[in-house]
Amino acid sequence: MKRYLLPLLAFLVLVGFLAVGLRLNPREVPSPLVNRPTPEFRLPTLADPAQQLAPKDLLGKVWLLNVWASWCVACRLEHPVLVDLARADLVPVYGLNYKDKRPDALAWLEKFGNPYQQSLQDSDGLAGIELGVYGVPETFVIDRAGVIRFKHIGPLTPEVLRDTILPLVGKLGA
Amino acid sequence: MTPSCPWSENSVPKTGCLGLLGGALLLGLALGLPLSAGAGEAKPMASDPALEARVMVIAEELRCLVCQNETIAASNADLAVDLRGQIRQKLSQGQSSQQILDFMVARYGDFVLYRPPLKASTVLLWVGPFALLLLAAGVLMVNIRRHRQHAAQRELDPAQRLRARQLLDQTGGPP
Repeated sequence: MKRYLLPLLAFLVLVGFLAVGLRLNPREVPSPLVNRPTPEFRLPTLADPAQQLAPKDLLGKVWLLNVWASWCVACRLEHPVLVDLARADLVPVYGLNYKDKRPDALAWLEKFGNPYQQSLQDSDGLAGIELGVYGVPETFVIDRAGVIRFKHIGPLTPEVLRDTILPLVGKLGA
Repeated sequence: MTPSCPWSENSVPKTGCLGLLGGALLLGLALGLPLSAGAGEAKPMASDPALEARVMVIAEELRCLVCQNETIAASNADLAVDLRGQIRQKLSQGQSSQQILDFMVARYGDFVLYRPPLKASTVLLWVGPFALLLLAAGVLMVNIRRHRQHAAQRELDPAQRLRARQLLDQTGGPP
């Protein structure tokens, strides 16, 4: 009996490790930017390139920054979630149009709806690097003081929105 | 977690998600054709070979977050190309390697470093393998010792020896 105990124990430990390990998403790398001020950049808006916008201009309100692109298939997946969110008017959503072409981006918004107050054009992806973006879509929750409070990597789901992002937005006092 | 495939990567802007089947196919290809892996390596830019060499030395230290098992030096993902551009630019501005590594860590976390620093969150990573090795060595020693004791106990007493001799004689002994 005793001779089986050790292998059994080792097996259970292994199962435990696998159970945890297989559930982790290796793409979700914790961002060092959470609880740090939003990096500074100033970019032309998608609607009117002559007009520029910076995260600094949004100080004083809680907002979401959603990194998207017309070439990003998963963005299409999350898009209805954003459109619903915009319709519910719970928190302002700003877009960062990442490494995209303006006509493509405009056509995309025309086709699928535009949930964004404004989208910033990050055509060379430099603002994306400042934000540590490595896989679109990504969504940041930014508080009144301009500090990033949460980052979601990958498509937003109604669950993430309901269970994590909206409660956080509520807490931050939107 | 989403039931479908992961989101589009920077490396495949126009094609998007490959899906499970595509992923499996790619995996099969990668396993079947290991020689082709080197073929896609990023080519250094010829403009200033000395600068490029320095860019690559730093890029070798950094993990590409799009294709996590590749360095930024080896990857052809869009993001890796962009980050090499950043390294190049910062080097020509006179920044040190450490400043550039710090820049990357500030944005992408310790995960970008192929040699992560030793700190509370990475202790297991650094110490874990050695701890396991020690544990395994300990178990091995205990087992060997136990085995030896067992072997010593298996010595036959004179009565058993006599009986064995008799049995061997009966059957005519060893051939």
